[in-house]
Amino acid sequence: METKQSLEVRHQDAICTNEAEVQHPLWHNLKYLIVGVAFGIVFVKAEIISWFRIQEMFRLQSFFMYGVIGTAVVVGMLSVWLIKKYNIKTLSGESIKFETKTFNKGQIFGGLIFGVGWAITGACPGPLFAQIGSGFLVVGITFLSAVAGTWVYGYFREKLPH
Amino acid sequence: MIEFIKHPWHWAVAGVLIGLTVPTLLIIGNKKFGISSSLRHICAMCVPGKIPFFQYDWKKEIWNLFFVAGVLLGGVIATQLLSNPDTIVVADSTKESLSALGIKDFTNLMPADLFSFKNIFTLKGLFFFVTGGFLVGFGTRYAGGCTSGHAIMGLSTLQLPSLIATCCFMAGGFFSANVLLPFILKLF
Repeated sequence: METKQSLEVRHQDAICTNEAEVQHPLWHNLKYLIVGVAFGIVFVKAEIISWFRIQEMFRLQSFFMYGVIGTAVVVGMLSVWLIKKYNIKTLSGESIKFETKTFNKGQIFGGLIFGVGWAITGACPGPLFAQIGSGFLVVGITFLSAVAGTWVYGYFREKLPH
Repeated sequence: MIEFIKHPWHWAVAGVLIGLTVPTLLIIGNKKFGISSSLRHICAMCVPGKIPFFQYDWKKEIWNLFFVAGVLLGGVIATQLLSNPDTIVVADSTKESLSALGIKDFTNLMPADLFSFKNIFTLKGLFFFVTGGFLVGFGTRYAGGCTSGHAIMGLSTLQLPSLIATCCFMAGGFFSANVLLPFILKLF
């Protein structure tokens, strides 16, 4: 059984920890792998993983990425609205709950830092994985640095303004 | 059909499919869409040390690692089986300004002038791979999410902190692409 403290730590600075109450065997996770594959294909086929697309976006020289993110947000909002309105359940019959995020200064400082890195690497964490898969193996170094960055954040977390 | 898939997809197609990831993950397992957390789970799994931030049961979040493994595999499939026969189309104005900064190769998704193995042990590599990656990992965790967690999942659920975070992502990116990168590229 997971301790309360462990659970609290896991939910710190994270957005995606809404877990299923029903426990499934490990192979059930393959469904997430399949969704990930579809997602990765979209990333590559729409060229979202391209460093050039990110430069176009931040230089306001192309509408493409704004179109992608804007459409994704609208579709996401609509889906969440429908899930709430019709109280749609998960496949295993649980109700879907949404938690409200609280504001802290990390969203500003961290957000600015990530933004700077995003334009340099041409990748947010998702495309990072897809870039490696696409054969840009040198991005593996970017990935390891990102893991290191996350680790260093964890190390200094208590000392940083939140 | 397969020929059609091979050509670059329209932004609306990509946007709808990415947006649909939100309800898909919720319905198949009550999971909130987010990717940067995977970096944290990797820390918790491999190098937790005695750091409180990594003392949690990462196995409970293993779905997220399956998901990102899928994203990587999706990259392999799209590139090996469905790759675009033509070269990427980059906006003329972007091409022009990047050329002036020394980026010459516009044939691939990533500029070979920067993202190649020969740059690993150079200042270019130190900046684009090591520093860039570090900022992405540090910043996303400090912000509590990345483009997927905040901009897509957070905005979809109408969270004000996510809107603030997204605006900061963009502000950081505007500064980086228009001020910092030109400055750095001129140094090389």
